[in-house]
Amino acid sequence: MRAQFDIKTYTGFRAIALVCLFILYAPLIVVAVYSFNASQSLTNWEGVSLRWYADVFTGPESGKFKQAARNSFIIATVAATVATAIATLAATGMVRGGRFKLRSLSFGLISLPIMVPEIVLAVATLIFFSSIGFDRGIMTILLAHIAFCIPFAYLPIAARMQGIEHSYEQAAQDLYATKRQAFTKILLPLMMPGIISGFLLAFIVSLDDFIITNFVKGAGVETLPTAIFGSVKQGIKPNIMAISTMLLGVSIVMVTISFFVSKADAIR
Amino acid sequence: MSDNERIAVDVRDVVKRYDDFTALRSISLSIADNEYFTLLGPSGCGKTTLLRMIAGFEHVTEGTISLFGDDLENLPPNKRPVNTVFQNYALFPHMTVLENVAFGVEMNGESKTIARQRAGEMLELVQLSQFLARKPNQLSGGQQQRVALARALAPRPKVLLLDEPLSALDLKLRKAMQLELKHLQRETGITFIFVTHDQEEALTMSDRLAVMSAGEIQQLGAPTDIYERPHNMFVADFIGETNLLEVSVDRIAGGRAVCHLRGGHEVICPAVDGIGPGSKVHMSIRPERLWMSKSPEESLSFCGCVKENIFVGTDITTLVVLDDGPDFIVRTSNSDRGNRRLFESGSEVVVNMEPGAARLLAD
Amino acid sequence: MATGAAGGGSASMDTYREARNWLLMPAWVTLAILVLVPVAMMLIYSFLTKEFRGGVIWEFSLAAYDQFFLDRGLFGDEPARIEWTYITIFWRSIWQAATATVLSLAIGFPTAYFIATRPARMRPIWVFLVTIPYWVNLLIRTVSMKFLLRDQGTLNDFLIAMGLIDTPLVIVNTNIGVQIGLFYSYLPFMVLPIYAAVERYNFTLSEAAADLYASRTTTLTRVILPAVKPGVLAGCILVFVPSLGSFLAPDLLGGARNFMIGSLIEEQFKGNAGNWPFGAAASMILLTLVLMLLLLFARQQVKAGKTAG
Repeated sequence: MRAQFDIKTYTGFRAIALVCLFILYAPLIVVAVYSFNASQSLTNWEGVSLRWYADVFTGPESGKFKQAARNSFIIATVAATVATAIATLAATGMVRGGRFKLRSLSFGLISLPIMVPEIVLAVATLIFFSSIGFDRGIMTILLAHIAFCIPFAYLPIAARMQGIEHSYEQAAQDLYATKRQAFTKILLPLMMPGIISGFLLAFIVSLDDFIITNFVKGAGVETLPTAIFGSVKQGIKPNIMAISTMLLGVSIVMVTISFFVSKADAIR
Repeated sequence: MSDNERIAVDVRDVVKRYDDFTALRSISLSIADNEYFTLLGPSGCGKTTLLRMIAGFEHVTEGTISLFGDDLENLPPNKRPVNTVFQNYALFPHMTVLENVAFGVEMNGESKTIARQRAGEMLELVQLSQFLARKPNQLSGGQQQRVALARALAPRPKVLLLDEPLSALDLKLRKAMQLELKHLQRETGITFIFVTHDQEEALTMSDRLAVMSAGEIQQLGAPTDIYERPHNMFVADFIGETNLLEVSVDRIAGGRAVCHLRGGHEVICPAVDGIGPGSKVHMSIRPERLWMSKSPEESLSFCGCVKENIFVGTDITTLVVLDDGPDFIVRTSNSDRGNRRLFESGSEVVVNMEPGAARLLAD
Repeated sequence: MATGAAGGGSASMDTYREARNWLLMPAWVTLAILVLVPVAMMLIYSFLTKEFRGGVIWEFSLAAYDQFFLDRGLFGDEPARIEWTYITIFWRSIWQAATATVLSLAIGFPTAYFIATRPARMRPIWVFLVTIPYWVNLLIRTVSMKFLLRDQGTLNDFLIAMGLIDTPLVIVNTNIGVQIGLFYSYLPFMVLPIYAAVERYNFTLSEAAADLYASRTTTLTRVILPAVKPGVLAGCILVFVPSLGSFLAPDLLGGARNFMIGSLIEEQFKGNAGNWPFGAAASMILLTLVLMLLLLFARQQVKAGKTAG
């Protein structure tokens, strides 16, 4: 059939879609390219070099960035793990708990950290820790991250669970499995793609966070975003571009894992 | 069902209500051990609800369900020696065929080795031994169906519940599976309770069946019973094709009812309890009990005109408009003998009725 | 009739009904302590007296809201007039966020529609491509944008090299810079929900419209758009809300003159202003605005859900 009779297509939409991708990627690609620039200057191109990557690991600021990276990864790992565990249980209660009065209220509570503007959550959390006299440091960052990671972990897990027919658990129970066994042997393995996506999303969101971390971190405690921000306020330097490119790599690895996990799925 | 047979499932005065909706209104029935029993009815009649209550997935609002004399109330599904073949099979997608079939045996407390061994035997029984390492989504619909069957049979349940298990299969496969199911039931000696909305399936396979509608059992009996002697309009209409005619009962004598049709024709048929003289009721006459001819060949015959012949393969259905009274559908088998009884549309014909073909129906 | 639900029975999935409260407990407790209580504390703080080096004195005061809405002159003794400074900042934030939203919609809708009309095996790849930037650190993306848009940045270099302009375009530290930054930050949020809606859209409806003599434009505006409206609204909310309270784009791309709510609030806690009650009050006002918007949106979605049946 000739394409012109295809009722679905609108001329120009393809071009706009390509422009959209271009806009999304152009800044990232430019920064990635310039991170390999041999020049001290930002503007001139003087050939390919890894000097700024070396600078990140051995340069004058390397100690600060290494510590910040360590903090970031520890916080992201712990926060995402705890949030994923909480979210998995909550999703089971919400999606497999039948109808109950507090359902929409619970959903509202769970998605609250996504709906409230980040700056508001940052202010509230700062005020909370300050008013109960909780010393600001890694622990405060971690607690705040767990809270806002919960909805990000919850959404893919709950969506996944909604896609699993409950006849699977019923079949398991019919075949003499207890509810607990039906959960661990049937539901949990089937939910795994959702749980992995939820964990990765929570991990990235935690690794990504600047505003809340900036509010609740103690003096001298830095995560990668706060360290980068501090550095950028002095002007963009090539080593920042090298760090950015490495973080970009981490993100791409994560999203690729998530992509293949959902592709290798038995149900869909 | 004779009294000395053991009763496998006894359903007593069972009512099921959801908030403001009554799904089942006081159902009572007994299913004998080793019986192939079918619950037949249209969508929403409550047959699946009843099945799910026996399995333990729905609570019983009122009444009791017992299994070989033990009350099932308060027993969760995993404690009931009853297994289900689900409509969509519900094969665990992350497990192999063998793991699926072994699951129930293992959960029932057997060792892994025994479970696998039993699963292997069951898969042999359904002729799927070569597929035991596959995942369910690598099998065809018919194969999945057989895995579901093997999985439900492997723990040796006392009763097997089948929830429209054949509805996803195409016609040919369905016919083959009907025979296989019947065969399996005989071989294993397990009581089967089968739910379907397909009346042909129900008639072919069952020892007995219950026709359900609007949360009630309309009629309970053997397939021939139900087909030949429907109790009421719903059953007559739902099972097979029939001519439903309005009649007035004139008198009853010697177990026979003398009635007349709208056009004045007199029809004599077996009397039915509860239908007395003067009642205006319906009468069912199966179209294959009628035949056409040029001149009357039976004591009871009607003159009419052929309106249309409809070819349906094995038979030809003819719509005859009578000179007086109701119209008739007549079925003639598609054979040399049958074809000699066919007439062009527009022909004047006589519709003859076998003696005893008419049945009075309670409304 | 898989569940007997045809007659209105309960087909709800309730395998873990008995365990429900225990399953939800960790989430309830964590979020109550770490979100609800803090928001309540923030509300309380907005009615307290400020301490000069940050923090509060536990004494009731309306000073924060008074400062936000009313101007009583330099020494506080003149008759109260409306204070425009902060309202202007809020208004500017709303305007910037709205512009970014419209911009995202203009690019995002056609993109989402285009993706949804690709062959089924191509769609995940497109979605994957649109998703990657969403997974990339927002700070890094904003910094990258700044690098690209700077006076001596790649964009200006390119335009000058092409001979299109002689002097660099000044984008950074302008309103436009902020709008571009916000647009770039949240563009994937616009594409994904619209894509989800268009993918569910039944294209036979378009064919029916065309069959009934509707032009493509009419089909788009009168058939497709109403059908995918919930997705479009979701996308707009997902871009508008975070834009409204955003901090990074205005801070890095806007500079001092293009102050938005986020920067105003940040300054009360991290910057020189050091007025916690005022920061809490501004946050409360922002939160109220956003919650009202979300409530409207939720009602709209419920209505749409009902008509969809």
